[in-house]
Amino acid sequence: MSAAPASAMSLGLAGCEVCGLVSRPPAGAAMARCPRCGERLHCRRPASIERCWALVIAALILYVPANLLPVLTTSTPLGGVSDTIMQGVIELWSPSSWPLAIVVFVASITIPLGKLIALAYLLITVRRGSVRSMEQRVRLYRMVKFIGRWSMLDVFVDTFVVALVQLKPLMWVEPGPGVIFFAGVVVVTMIAVNNFDPRLIWDLPQQEKQDHA
Amino acid sequence: MPEQQELPDLPEATSVPRPRSRFSAVWIIPIIAALMGGWIAVQKLLAEGPAIEISFTSADGLEAGKTTVKYNGVDVGRIQSLKVATDRQRIIASVQMAPETRDWLVEGTSFWVVRPRIAGGSVSGLGTLLSGSYVGMSIGGGSGRVHSYKALEVPPVVTGSTPGRFFQIKTATLGSLDYGTPIYFRRFQVGQIASYQLDEDGRGLTLKIFIHAPYDRFVKLESRFWQASGLDFSLSANGLKVQTESLASLLIGGLAFDTPAENADADPAPGDTSFDLFADEASAMKAPERGATQYVLYFDESVRGLSVGAPVTLLGLPIGEVGSVRLEAGKRKSVDVRARVRVSIYPQRFLDVLADPQDLSEGKPVTQAIRRRVVDRLVARGLRAQLQTGNLLTGQLYIALAYVPNETPTRIDWTADPPVFPVAKGGLTDIEAKLTSILGKLDRLPIDAIGEDLKQSLATLAGILKEVDKLVKRWEGELTPELTAVLGEARRSFAAAERTLDSANRSVAPDSALMEEMRGTLAEVKRAAQSLRVLTDYLERHPEALIRGKSEELQ
Repeated sequence: MSAAPASAMSLGLAGCEVCGLVSRPPAGAAMARCPRCGERLHCRRPASIERCWALVIAALILYVPANLLPVLTTSTPLGGVSDTIMQGVIELWSPSSWPLAIVVFVASITIPLGKLIALAYLLITVRRGSVRSMEQRVRLYRMVKFIGRWSMLDVFVDTFVVALVQLKPLMWVEPGPGVIFFAGVVVVTMIAVNNFDPRLIWDLPQQEKQDHA
Repeated sequence: MPEQQELPDLPEATSVPRPRSRFSAVWIIPIIAALMGGWIAVQKLLAEGPAIEISFTSADGLEAGKTTVKYNGVDVGRIQSLKVATDRQRIIASVQMAPETRDWLVEGTSFWVVRPRIAGGSVSGLGTLLSGSYVGMSIGGGSGRVHSYKALEVPPVVTGSTPGRFFQIKTATLGSLDYGTPIYFRRFQVGQIASYQLDEDGRGLTLKIFIHAPYDRFVKLESRFWQASGLDFSLSANGLKVQTESLASLLIGGLAFDTPAENADADPAPGDTSFDLFADEASAMKAPERGATQYVLYFDESVRGLSVGAPVTLLGLPIGEVGSVRLEAGKRKSVDVRARVRVSIYPQRFLDVLADPQDLSEGKPVTQAIRRRVVDRLVARGLRAQLQTGNLLTGQLYIALAYVPNETPTRIDWTADPPVFPVAKGGLTDIEAKLTSILGKLDRLPIDAIGEDLKQSLATLAGILKEVDKLVKRWEGELTPELTAVLGEARRSFAAAERTLDSANRSVAPDSALMEEMRGTLAEVKRAAQSLRVLTDYLERHPEALIRGKSEELQ
């Protein structure tokens, strides 16, 4: 028992996430408030796994139209061409600009999907109480959280292009519905990441160990 | 828990009742996302129209993913892919159509590639120079759904939705006609040629024409169509004719139609009625050739200048035309080559001019027997077919039916098919006969002998001229000095004569004594004449004065 490090939860304490006051929640109550600032107290973020799952599923759903719908419509007097993200990648895939194609492919297709897969992996392992490679999983969580803030790059580029390329009679660019879904994927994924409580990675194994001991 | 005692003075947190629902509101987010995705998917599915295949002979100007299908200028589809058909003859385009076209893809719907095109006097599809070709579409009237189409080679001139009617025209040659060639009615454009195709047997063409809506009612069953293409020169027994419909049709050709006045009030012809195309207005508008009777004429004279289509006239008015002209050997024994002329005569034309045709038939409709009886009667009165010169300049002949006096009476043998109509030597033959006799006489003239005589005379004349020449030369040699002397003498004589005349002139000058004398004498004579007149006057009134002398009172 002494091998396991003590945690606030195992001591029956909870720290307020706003004012930092450590208090003891009443034993019977499921919910408690900070006696100093009135903030809700919880040892772990409530329904963290459930919310995270919900948001990951929402993001996955949004990911489908984000990739199937055009993100950019380029119009010239000769007619308009609507491109999805993947079509853009294919168009860029030429001897001269293949690095750019890779950048776009990685940033716009692989990373959003990778984040969702990573989150799902974290959620599954937490639920199953896996004890393996916990440190790597925390590193993965940090990485996902770090990348999250850069994921809107695509949406920014799209917005800039639409705002700048308005040479009306000759050429103009209009955003496609795919952008909204793409932004939705990014936002929902970020919320999901924030809802995930990394402390959960460590919780269950400790309890298991406690139980075994 | 043992650790609890080591943390003193910890305040007790306030307890809150457990929330009622276990269901977290966060699940609304994936539900909303799913709803949005589902809605988009449904929209996509609804926007997905039928997919069809169109085959083209060439994909020139077509681009997969870019080329659109337009109906009256509105995008209703897009070519998704182009591939070569398995037989490598055609290009098959897979086209994604808009959902609203679901009911349009029926039998009769047609597609074609719109490219810049100049036809029928109009330029179309210029917009495609900039925007690239697109596929045009017209909706057919069929009912069955069709999923694969064969594109038209040429855009249809009229699309199915244009009000109006189609008709067919049979013609032997196309001339300068083309898609979109205008069709005129009283020189007003009322339609166009929609398409044309060679007949199965290759013996002619069938034109499909379209007459626009308010004007299609002018097309009657009796209407005639004729070529108004370009200039129509016709040289016939009637002389030179130049005809054109309009300047535009002069350049691009055209068709015209009209209805003979007597059928002008007939009901409009139903759609797809077939008409024959006439070469020109004159032949088209000839009176309807119904009940044509074929006759054969045998001529022993030359029929040079008698062409097929030459008129057959009765007392100068056309009642038929020549159908064929050829040679025919006559009876078995005598090799008697004659010109066989087959003519079509429209007895209706001269039956119509009778005040009351019913007179002949005693109220019954005019039958063939009655017509024959009329012709018989006319032949009995001496009606014969003759070759006549229509135009002396061109030598065109025509056949005239005229009464020829003193012809041996004859009858038409109606059992022959076609019956032989009696002929008489025509005016031309008369002229020919006369010319022949003149030529015969000329032939009999002893031109050779005359020529010989003339030659001898000329030789003699040449001898005489030589003598004259010699004489003149001798004159020159021998007579000239003498002549000079004579001339000198003559000059001297002239001078003497001049002098004599001069003196004479002087003696008769106005102021000469001779003249004075003369004037006095003449005055005397005048006075004498006056007194003589007085005397005769007096004697006339008083003849007795000759005996008694002048009366007293007069003295």
